[in-house]
Amino acid sequence: MVTNKLLKAGRDITSKSEPILELRGICKYFGGVHALEDVGLELYPDEILALVGDNGAGKSTLIKIIAGVYQPDKGEVLMEGKEIEIRSPRASMDLRIETVYQELALVDKLDVVENIFLGRPLTKFRWFVNRKRMVAETVDILKRLKISIPSLKEPVQNLSGGQRQALAVGRAIAWSGRIVILDEPTAALGVEETRKTLALIKQIKEQGASVIVISHNLRHIFEVSDRIIVLRGGRRVGSRIKSKTNIDEIVKLITGSL
Amino acid sequence: MHKKRDRKILSHVARNWALLFLICLLILFSILGKNFFGLRNFSNIVLAATTLLLLATGETFVIISGGIDLSIGFVMGFVCVVSAVVMRDLHAAGLPQVISITTGCSVGILLGLIPGLINGILIAKLRVPPFIATLGMWGIANGLAWRFSEGFPIAFLPPRVRDIGMAYIAYFSPKTGLSFFSRPVLTERADIWNLMKIIPIPVLVIAILLVIFAFVLAKTKFGQHTYAIGGSVDAAERAGINVSRHLIKTYTISAFFASCAGALLVFKINMGVHTQYTSSYELFAIAAVVIGGASLMGGKGNIWGTIIGVLLIGTLNNGLMLMGLPIFYRYIAVGCILIVAVLIDQFFPELVYKE
Repeated sequence: MVTNKLLKAGRDITSKSEPILELRGICKYFGGVHALEDVGLELYPDEILALVGDNGAGKSTLIKIIAGVYQPDKGEVLMEGKEIEIRSPRASMDLRIETVYQELALVDKLDVVENIFLGRPLTKFRWFVNRKRMVAETVDILKRLKISIPSLKEPVQNLSGGQRQALAVGRAIAWSGRIVILDEPTAALGVEETRKTLALIKQIKEQGASVIVISHNLRHIFEVSDRIIVLRGGRRVGSRIKSKTNIDEIVKLITGSL
Repeated sequence: MHKKRDRKILSHVARNWALLFLICLLILFSILGKNFFGLRNFSNIVLAATTLLLLATGETFVIISGGIDLSIGFVMGFVCVVSAVVMRDLHAAGLPQVISITTGCSVGILLGLIPGLINGILIAKLRVPPFIATLGMWGIANGLAWRFSEGFPIAFLPPRVRDIGMAYIAYFSPKTGLSFFSRPVLTERADIWNLMKIIPIPVLVIAILLVIFAFVLAKTKFGQHTYAIGGSVDAAERAGINVSRHLIKTYTISAFFASCAGALLVFKINMGVHTQYTSSYELFAIAAVVIGGASLMGGKGNIWGTIIGVLLIGTLNNGLMLMGLPIFYRYIAVGCILIVAVLIDQFFPELVYKE
């Protein structure tokens, strides 16, 4: 009951416009494990939504459903009010949803340009890779996002953690997703690199896209997000406008001591 | 400043060691070997290497995608036998030679694609490890080839098979001048000895195939996806690449090259032969690909490197033979080079990768 009331409160304040993406009553089971149980999520235009919860709370499973990696066992997904099915990562990308995975984003042995255009190289005459245009666009993207990378021909395994992260985020922006999902974007980054990555996340919003970000670091969450949804044990236990809550309350929601 | 330059030179050496080694071998054998240096012998090396070149090209695609294909040697044997059987029987039934030969090749190559297709489906859809799936196919193709050949070489092929196998694109003789595709009629011994034969037909066919597929690998979307999958299957999948369909295509390409090698073998030896000619070929093909700079972990390699790897093995073969050394030295030498190739890849990855 309490949960329901909180849900409504969260929605009322931001529901000036329709959600761009909405998930209703999502259930996902892995064998006997209930990874997600009747979880809802709504994402509004120009919003940075944070998804928090302890390990195993179901955050990753939820975003993988949006990214087309998993199919929900129950529930519906709506995009701008229309019911849709996201059957594959490609389908998700075609809906202009870009996902930045924690570690699986880049192919180490390929260079910067090839990674930016991974899976969808620019082509001429349909089949042939247009390397020249890809290089030009990469230079453009990196300049726009103020990401400095020594050489575009460098295999990305030679880049630092921060550069790699910037590249992965940059790729999502470059493809001008209207929804960008970030899984633990600041994990394993140094102080300066973290600062830069957080700035990039804000930049995504300025470009007119909505963002869903997962993080364990509540300080980072409070720095960038507009709204926070808390999961616990595969259920949604709360949604808070950032300006009307504090770290303490979120921690209590995460641990279930509220 | 000096250090930086030394490093740069070292990295060039590490990256192109196979080419440098090939050049050293050519120089060494030219000095030591009898009749090694000369157009005639170089042409022999290339002609002898054609089979391995085809197999290794297909294998390059598979290895870059992060897999391995052990079945190609016996797929080649299977196609060789099947093509020969079809040619022989159609010829015996009284059909024109051209029809018997083209039908034989087509049937052989089409049937040869099936093992590749099955390999791909097993690996991509049913998650069988490539090593196991293709090892199984290795046995199956071996058994089937044996069944069709009943353990004997298949002879009595249409006579034109031999002509095609021996044909060159052009001939030049001081007496008759330049003539294309057909050998000029010469009677005197000296004239026959002086006849210059320019590029065997099989070499031309293979060169065309190689150029096409080198281009596919380096410059097309298909090639890019192959590298992406080999580098990281998960990243490729999540970047929206249809990985299983791509892998099925990759193993089919490998089988296609093995089939072409099988059909070519019919013309080269004018027989349908299995076993003693075809076993251990897949291992040399894999060795050539790795010597050419591909990584068995996937995501790295190219056709140019593979060509150098094949020529290296071919030159070694030919050179050791001309020096009068027994054949087992060739196995030892190739084995050593293969291990060195992998060691270089392991210990100097930053040298090999960095620009």
